[in-house]
Amino acid sequence: MDILVQTLADGLVIGAFYSLIALGYTMVFGIIKLLNFAHGDLYMLGAFVGYSLLSMISGSGAGLMGIIVVLLLTMVIVGAIGMGIERVAYRPLLLAPRLSILITALGVSLFLENGSMIAWGAQYQVYPVQLSHDGWNVLGAQITYTQMGLVLISALLMLGLHLFISRTLYGKAMRAIAHDQTACHLMGINVHKVIGLTFFIGASLAAGAGTMAGAYYGTVNFMMGFIIGLKAFTAAVLGGIGSIPGAMLGGLLLGMMETAGTFVFGGSWKDVVAFSLLILILVLKPTGIMGEKVTERM
Amino acid sequence: MRPSQNKIGIVLLLVALCLLPFLSNNYWLDVATLALFYVVLAQGLNVVVGFAGLLDLGYAAFFAVGAYTTGILMTVFHWSFWLTLPVAMLCAAIVGVIVGAPTLRLRSDYLAIVTLGFGEIIRILAINLEITGSASGIYGIPRPSIGGYVLSGQMDFYYLILIVAVLAVLAVRRLGTSRLGRAWMYIREDEDAAEAMGINRIRMKLLAYSIGAVIGSMAGSIFAVKMSAIAPLSFSFTQSIMILLAVVLGGLGSIPGVVLGAVLVIALPELLRSVEDWRYLIFGAALVVMMLFRPQGLWPARYESTKASRSGAKKARKGDDADVSLDVEKYNA
Repeated sequence: MDILVQTLADGLVIGAFYSLIALGYTMVFGIIKLLNFAHGDLYMLGAFVGYSLLSMISGSGAGLMGIIVVLLLTMVIVGAIGMGIERVAYRPLLLAPRLSILITALGVSLFLENGSMIAWGAQYQVYPVQLSHDGWNVLGAQITYTQMGLVLISALLMLGLHLFISRTLYGKAMRAIAHDQTACHLMGINVHKVIGLTFFIGASLAAGAGTMAGAYYGTVNFMMGFIIGLKAFTAAVLGGIGSIPGAMLGGLLLGMMETAGTFVFGGSWKDVVAFSLLILILVLKPTGIMGEKVTERM
Repeated sequence: MRPSQNKIGIVLLLVALCLLPFLSNNYWLDVATLALFYVVLAQGLNVVVGFAGLLDLGYAAFFAVGAYTTGILMTVFHWSFWLTLPVAMLCAAIVGVIVGAPTLRLRSDYLAIVTLGFGEIIRILAINLEITGSASGIYGIPRPSIGGYVLSGQMDFYYLILIVAVLAVLAVRRLGTSRLGRAWMYIREDEDAAEAMGINRIRMKLLAYSIGAVIGSMAGSIFAVKMSAIAPLSFSFTQSIMILLAVVLGGLGSIPGVVLGAVLVIALPELLRSVEDWRYLIFGAALVVMMLFRPQGLWPARYESTKASRSGAKKARKGDDADVSLDVEKYNA
């Protein structure tokens, strides 16, 4: 029983990170049908920007307030970078053959990874804040305050996104563009601006997850984005790519499945569990759990 | 360039390649050998990405299948190298079909990410399995021999891979101009139209994927005996990306272009030794710039310069708002 609860709790935290990153994949895919390979690297960039900002203020003693300010600042900075990437690398290629834009995304990913390696070094960096390991004992499982805090922040971010998309004018525009781009253009919506905003939101959510993951695990590395990007993509596909609640659900499910997989098969196999799952879903049910049936050529 | 001049050029190039071991030092001979490995790998991937338009991001996995098959058969079962070669090719073809059969029905970007995941699975398997020697890999792979002559020197392996590279180039060239090649290019340009014209697109794609796998595994087998030790590190995602870069840089679907791309991918980092850390950064930027300004590669395929795609890219470059209305057919398709 205690193992079950512990697995559930650990999986929930990882799942929350996956969900936040998967949202970026899903939003970008929903709006311009691009799989942004570089998205996982924005998560890594978020971890590093957060690391630098925290190192700067930790001299004067970073309280909880400081951490939250850093989190928000990181999200804004990396969001702007995401928007810049869209402007420079993707927008000119929106009409080009699909292969070109996919290769461009790969190039951006290589660029971000190696740029970070040059900027912050290739070795593991220790995060300047250590989160507490105190917690509650629930049914024999140890659940820390940190875990609860991280899940809470992730939930707040997702709630904010949900409200933004369902209540604001920009959210409405996003949904409309995902539905029919030409019609939106004819109705006077500034399509490029909304696409840029989508990239901003996606990148900042990934960056938020990056900073939180850095604080949670304690170390960051320039390669951390690659695998997690792939997993977040798996989460997005699991939930149904293009569907926002799907991405949230997919992330949580994948996190828990992976923790369970680690428990059953051992740590070295957990990536195999995730990727096998990805291939299985794509083959058996490409629409995912909450995805709509798309009548596109497969 | 007239065809006869072209032929003379190729003959001269071959003669120069044959004489290279006598003219250069060991260091550059090693670089040349590595470049030839990349020529073979890039030609294999050229069939998959260049001809058939299937973005494969896990191509290094087939390189690994070849290397590990040869490594295991030679060290554990003491087979002759020449016997392991067809077995490795068969294994790669089978793995290609196993991965390809379910996934090749997917859209191009899904396929890309599935192959990426598959490449990672192969690498993790190599790290974790007992038979592949886990993280330290397989070492002490014996040297191959022809009759009584044991291939051991740098020069021997240079000639071996040179022969395989020439064969690969010839084979891929023949494939590209054959009925099969035209069917692949048709699929690449317009899948639905190809299917409507009676091309079995799944079978054709599977064939392209498997042929690419076989060529990759061949390079892997030779790599195993050349290095006499293999480790999972050699078959990482970066390896797949570098092979893809060679294909893209040279020109998708263009045989001489891909050879040029492979040579550049190996030679440039050697020339950029002083900026070691920066090279992947530069390559990443090169990929983006290439796609933005010269998507057809440095040496594009002659027959392939489709007017439509080029003018499309040109129009897209302006990126003004009026273009958005044009996307719709594509994205709602």
